[in-house]
Amino acid sequence: MHTPTTEARPSIYYNYEVFKPWLASAHPEQARQKVAIAGSGPAGMVAALELARHGVPCVVLTSELQFSQGSRAICFTRRSMEILQQVGVADRMTEGGLPWRFGNSFYRGQRVFRMEAPHDPDDRFFPIINVQQQYLEEYLHDACKANPLIDFRWGNKVNAVLQKDGYAEVEVDTPEGPYTLETNWLIAADGGRSGIRTAMNLPMEGASYEGVFVIADIRIDLPFPTERRAYFDPEWNPGNTILMHREPHGIWRVDYQLPPGETPEDALRPESLKARIDAQLAMIGHAGLPWEMDWSSVYSARTLTLPDFVHGSVIFTGDAAHLLPIFGVRGANTAFQDAQSLGWHLAYVIKGLAGPALLQNHSTERVGAAREIIEEAGKSTRFMAPPSRGFRILRDAVLSLSLTQDFVRPLYHWRTSRPHEYSHSALNCPGDDNALFKAGPAHGAPPQNVRLGVSDGVSADEKDFLLDHLGGGFDLLYFTDSALPAALQQVIEQARTRGLPLKVTAVGAPYVVAGAQQHLPDADGHLRQRYGVPANGAAYLLRPDQHICARWLTLDAKRLQAALSHALPKL
Amino acid sequence: MTKTPLTLEGLETAYDALATAIDRAGPDRSELFLVKLALLQAQALGDAREFQKQVDAALQDL
Repeated sequence: MHTPTTEARPSIYYNYEVFKPWLASAHPEQARQKVAIAGSGPAGMVAALELARHGVPCVVLTSELQFSQGSRAICFTRRSMEILQQVGVADRMTEGGLPWRFGNSFYRGQRVFRMEAPHDPDDRFFPIINVQQQYLEEYLHDACKANPLIDFRWGNKVNAVLQKDGYAEVEVDTPEGPYTLETNWLIAADGGRSGIRTAMNLPMEGASYEGVFVIADIRIDLPFPTERRAYFDPEWNPGNTILMHREPHGIWRVDYQLPPGETPEDALRPESLKARIDAQLAMIGHAGLPWEMDWSSVYSARTLTLPDFVHGSVIFTGDAAHLLPIFGVRGANTAFQDAQSLGWHLAYVIKGLAGPALLQNHSTERVGAAREIIEEAGKSTRFMAPPSRGFRILRDAVLSLSLTQDFVRPLYHWRTSRPHEYSHSALNCPGDDNALFKAGPAHGAPPQNVRLGVSDGVSADEKDFLLDHLGGGFDLLYFTDSALPAALQQVIEQARTRGLPLKVTAVGAPYVVAGAQQHLPDADGHLRQRYGVPANGAAYLLRPDQHICARWLTLDAKRLQAALSHALPKL
Repeated sequence: MTKTPLTLEGLETAYDALATAIDRAGPDRSELFLVKLALLQAQALGDAREFQKQVDAALQDL
């Protein structure tokens, strides 16, 4: 019998709702599910919402009766917001969030590096926005609840998974005891300590770092703007690093490295937390300022990934699939990209629009992304928490040089999470004009957002962007001011008849044109310029995760057919 | 990057400068000093492969 706590988690700024458990006895006998998702964190819920968006129902199994304890993830990137926009929660994130784009690194009281993340007028979202994870989970959960295709089951803990021939038998424990759930696919989104991964005994590749960090959220009134603050080698914590972030609701994140050898239990004792946070406040000139603890935890940096995310009927996603260091905000931000990718790849396989090769493509692309992130994050981690004497001496030499030498300062910049470009994806069309373009997003790249209608006199607060109009299936951006050629319309119609969602947007047309579902006037040619389109007749094909899989300077019916067949392998 | 090697006199000057600086840095700080110096030299050299060759040469016969 699984008995999750019915007591609301403590928090000084968030009111936890305790949900009622889903009990098998209160529901009729269940047929085999298409998809079950273990875990209701950011990865699990975005996967559920994306699947539903592509018309595939799922069951979400979540062990607890409430949202996660503490804020955990707080920094969400622009690409994450673009993904959250697709599942309908970006507005709520924007409303309550604190956007930012500057980071500061301090050493011996001097600011030795300032990171300025670019913010293009063509971007709807800031490079990063801070929102506590409980709010994000609440917004996602509200969206799940409103969706009839998502069967959300609180208090349902996955106990065991038995792989059968083409499906999985899942033993789910509840407050009234266990029941068996059969599902064609089980998405393991059960987090960094994934019980499913452990039970399946799957080895991960990569490295674990020894440095242990305390993460604490406190309520305090500090007069600093929303910018990242990193302090290196301060007198109160020699050799170690401290990070500070402003969060909504008067909360600050304080994140500090522990001296080697100290146990997490010791570090989390209230006296120890208090002494260190007071020392940090004193160092930044705010000794004695009152503060209150909300939540604290410890973590260590790891750069580990499963080498394959698909194992029989079980698919791993988010932290269950990989463990990434927080430097560069890579946990949840990578999980959104995983879940968005998984959503359409799996849905299209289930709907018979493509064969199992498409699911393998998901794994290949996302494992590739995880490995790239590990490579980048490894560099940041080796600077933040040097793993050996050599790395420590070099780091210290850079700190010392940075007080007078400009050339070492960029070494302070840890690369922030960014969307992976699937440049070598098997879905990219080999016979298109990709190499002939001089600008615009290339094969496998995420889309470039573009502010629309500026020259049409749209007011500054009435913002309209390209990505507001795309998503939910394949998107064809066709650059034209007149009707689509009949042969092209025919290929599009045939694809739709086979069940493929394919939306056509006519760019450069100030009026409705035959064969397009929508038109964007692009009167000033700005969109065409950003997409490197010199003349009418050009086109971009975007996958349902909005990454580019083909682009042409001149599109015709045959070329579109070739790209669609290539993007949806039948085997 | 200059291709002209140091004259013997120049090398002797560098030799003395380095020895004096190591003594000034003291036993606890000389390693830090030498690594800072190496990074400055790598930057002045402007060639990561050439720098690797020097690292390899210095690693010999320790």
